[in-house]
Amino acid sequence: MAPPSNRRPGYSRKAQFGTFFGYLAAAVGVLAGGGLLIASASNSDSFSSLRGAAGDAAAPAGEVSAKVRSTGDGFAATLAGYFTRGSRVSRLEREVAEARVRDAEARALKDENARLKALIGLAGTEPKPVIVTRLIGSTSSSSRRFALLGAGSDQGVAVGMPVRSPLGLVGRVLEVGRNSARVLLITDSESMVPVRRASDGIEAFATGQGNGTLQLRLINSGVNPLRKGDAFVTSGQGGLFRPGTAVAVVENLTRDGAIARPLSDPGATDFVAVYPLWDEALKGAELKPEPGARPAGAR
Amino acid sequence: MAQTLGDALTDLSRPRINRSPSPLLALAMPWLVIALGSLSPYWPLVASAPVVPPLGFMALIAWQQARPGLLPVWAGLPLGLFDDLFSGQPMGSALLLWSLAMIALDTIELRTPWRNFLSTWAVAMAMIAAYLVLTLLIASHGTARTLPTVLVPQLVLSVLLYPLVARLVAAADRLRLVQLRQI
Repeated sequence: MAPPSNRRPGYSRKAQFGTFFGYLAAAVGVLAGGGLLIASASNSDSFSSLRGAAGDAAAPAGEVSAKVRSTGDGFAATLAGYFTRGSRVSRLEREVAEARVRDAEARALKDENARLKALIGLAGTEPKPVIVTRLIGSTSSSSRRFALLGAGSDQGVAVGMPVRSPLGLVGRVLEVGRNSARVLLITDSESMVPVRRASDGIEAFATGQGNGTLQLRLINSGVNPLRKGDAFVTSGQGGLFRPGTAVAVVENLTRDGAIARPLSDPGATDFVAVYPLWDEALKGAELKPEPGARPAGAR
Repeated sequence: MAQTLGDALTDLSRPRINRSPSPLLALAMPWLVIALGSLSPYWPLVASAPVVPPLGFMALIAWQQARPGLLPVWAGLPLGLFDDLFSGQPMGSALLLWSLAMIALDTIELRTPWRNFLSTWAVAMAMIAAYLVLTLLIASHGTARTLPTVLVPQLVLSVLLYPLVARLVAAADRLRLVQLRQI
């Protein structure tokens, strides 16, 4: 149906102006949105303080829901556990037996490692985490993958710090508020992590795909040496992530690399640890990597 | 006497002689519901892939379809700005798209005053699909870095969930008109 040609709500001037200014304000909204988009495309940090303040305001609600989430996960897992108990117990027993052997081997290696390190006079470089805290939420509907952290500059969190869970790398801090921070997850399409294969050190870049998987691109092209199940750890290139943090396991092979699944699922993670910048921990604050030189890439 | 929640709400919101709805609740309810949808990043769910429907946007469409004219046509400006603070999209994305959506819904409302379940669903489906594709384009700065197939599960889920969101909004609408104030 054609719209009515006359949209006047009546003879009241006030009502007529109200309608007119309503549409005017809507058009202003469109223009302002376009303007802000252009501004944030040219400089992604321009609104970080605004988002930081909003994140701080909403952080208490996030803390509560994070607690609810971990309880709910536990409940579902307990329930599911009853149905698959028998097969799992036998599998776990077998795995424990294997793990005992590996543990003994690992302990031997650790001793040897400590001895060799003492020999060349290298102090233990395992840094202490800045803080251990909860992930209080994540962007859920946007195709960008950010998580929200329940700690900010008041707790010593700074931009660029790596965030990891007991299982592996989660991401790095992108924006910091006073008591909340925004974490760029490794699955985000703009995140790039330099990694190497745990077994032999073949180097690659792990780029997020936005759908929960990572794309591994090998630095040396040629015959694809990757196999399903290969584990990748951070290589420490670029000075952002400490070498040796577990990142992902290869799931499918592609022509020039592989698709890998991250080891730490941020959804199943309860607590995460924020670590100081690797380069800073190694060489001191004056050698902080320049923003332009970061391999993880500015947004 | 078995009564569903909806019946109870309808009963409470029925006009009575010495009662009227609270003006504050009647005006603020749509804004609150939509803002709550925008806060979905703080809901107890951390996802590594975008699967959660854009609940704030869906609530906006549902309110506009349930009560055309209750939200002013410029409502996309404040609500979009609020959504931008939490969504993870580049700033201005929701401001632009929600303002455009309000203008589009207003135009559709003027051209097709008749409606039924399927036509409102179809309109919502088209709006949500366009919204998700455009947010993906905006988030990747127009490059095709993120594969569009990422959107498929989220789109299907959003379209299927829309009637539920519309029902929740209808319940909130009845709650909005509960006769709280005594005259």
